[in-house]
Amino acid sequence: MLWSRAIENPYCEKLNTAEAKLWKDKRPALESLDIELTERCNCNCIQCYINLPADDRNALRRELSTEEVKEILRQAASLGCLRLRLTGGEPLLREDFSEIYMAARRLGLRVALLTNATLITPEIARLLASIPPLEPIEITVYGMERDSYEAVTRTPGSFEAAWQGIHLLLAEGIPFIVKGALLPPNRLEIEWFEQWASTIPWMDRPPSYSVIFDLRARRDSTEKNRRIRALRISPEDLIEFLSRRREEYLKQMGEFCSRFTQPPGSRLFPCGAGVGGACVDAYGALQLCLLLRHPDMVYDLKEGSLRHAIEEFFPKVRQFKAQNQEYLNRCARCFLQGLCEQCPAQSWMEHGTLDTPVDYLCEITHAQARDVGLLGASEMSWEVRDWRERVRRFSGSGAIDQDYGRRKSTSR
Amino acid sequence: MNVKADLGASYLHSENIVVREIEGELIIVPLVSGIGDMEDELFTLNQTGRAIWEKLDGRKTLENVVAELRAEFEASPGEIERDVVGLTEELLKRKMLVAVQRDEASL
Repeated sequence: MLWSRAIENPYCEKLNTAEAKLWKDKRPALESLDIELTERCNCNCIQCYINLPADDRNALRRELSTEEVKEILRQAASLGCLRLRLTGGEPLLREDFSEIYMAARRLGLRVALLTNATLITPEIARLLASIPPLEPIEITVYGMERDSYEAVTRTPGSFEAAWQGIHLLLAEGIPFIVKGALLPPNRLEIEWFEQWASTIPWMDRPPSYSVIFDLRARRDSTEKNRRIRALRISPEDLIEFLSRRREEYLKQMGEFCSRFTQPPGSRLFPCGAGVGGACVDAYGALQLCLLLRHPDMVYDLKEGSLRHAIEEFFPKVRQFKAQNQEYLNRCARCFLQGLCEQCPAQSWMEHGTLDTPVDYLCEITHAQARDVGLLGASEMSWEVRDWRERVRRFSGSGAIDQDYGRRKSTSR
Repeated sequence: MNVKADLGASYLHSENIVVREIEGELIIVPLVSGIGDMEDELFTLNQTGRAIWEKLDGRKTLENVVAELRAEFEASPGEIERDVVGLTEELLKRKMLVAVQRDEASL
């Protein structure tokens, strides 16, 4: 090495892994890991896809022990993982949360904590202030006042607890962002919520929302699924919600469509699930994504290693192809696939299979495409041959092209 | 904060950071608050920085470090000393290094 060549750069470079290209030659086998520390939650939200009661004995008995979680963290760090998301259920329900958090930070992991904030105590806030997570905490806010908030959480006292937690973070200067869950009890509070969110020092953009609610990931309750379906937003209301900042929405849609529209073919995983990232459920099952719990798609970390799962199991799973003829006729040929949430996880939650079209997702995706003129009123996306030209025109113009959609629909 | 490095002193990696090597990159992850300018910053060292960093073991003085680097690299003594002092001061400012008391360093 020539000394003069080596000092061309500064000695010490700051990195922001969210923006900088960190890896010059080779990416690590695992860049990020999600751990669902528990499926239990102290709230009982009406739309939740996973929560179990806080005192669920069966869940408590089966959950990974502190040492088992730490071992997974060690394996993740050895594979190069830099970013850990701790989620649940409510991760702060775990009595060993602080120990797990410290173990992660001592391994040099940045930690993103997903929480409802109701269990943030002064002790937790002090810990997060002295040992910063290096990622903003993500808090879902269910309502701006007690009635709306607790109509969602169905947990008396949760509103005060959440705001107390949020104020503790503010007082300690611990970075956090807030997200919404668009539900009937809080739908009229959007402006209020966004105005308040804009006062949070770490919110550099409007909050994101959960809008399209997933069914129960364990397929454990027909009754809960019926309720979640009833809470789902209609295609018309979704368009209205997405269009509340119309110009910005169209610009984002145009950019998105220019990058992510094309028929996926029969591949089940055209997404990035299981590439550089992985998820561990509360009991040690490794998943490609947090939602996909089909028994053929999970790897038991108690029987094997993270490295083996990532290097051997995930690549095999990602080769799976759809068999369902309806899927092959529709989804496989749909150029809107990148816009649609249809995926093996959604098929699993809705139908117990990996490759069955989910009609609700299909409807709202078609509604979005019709709204921006990518489809005519009666067209189905898988029938469209000139989709490249449509996407090019839409993305290129950055503006709505309703006439195009109307012309196409009336010519049929 | 203006921190001066002493060529006769020894310096040690701080316990307030975690140093990781990932795919050949040396990455410094803050553990406690107040390490970077921002709370979410990671740091990496280039080849020169890394060569210096690896010799800061709490026992060698900066003069020893400079002497070892002069034997290993083709650069002028003044240039190497300037780099060693510059990096040490930068890392002290960021609390990634701590000065070792003379009696500790000689143990």
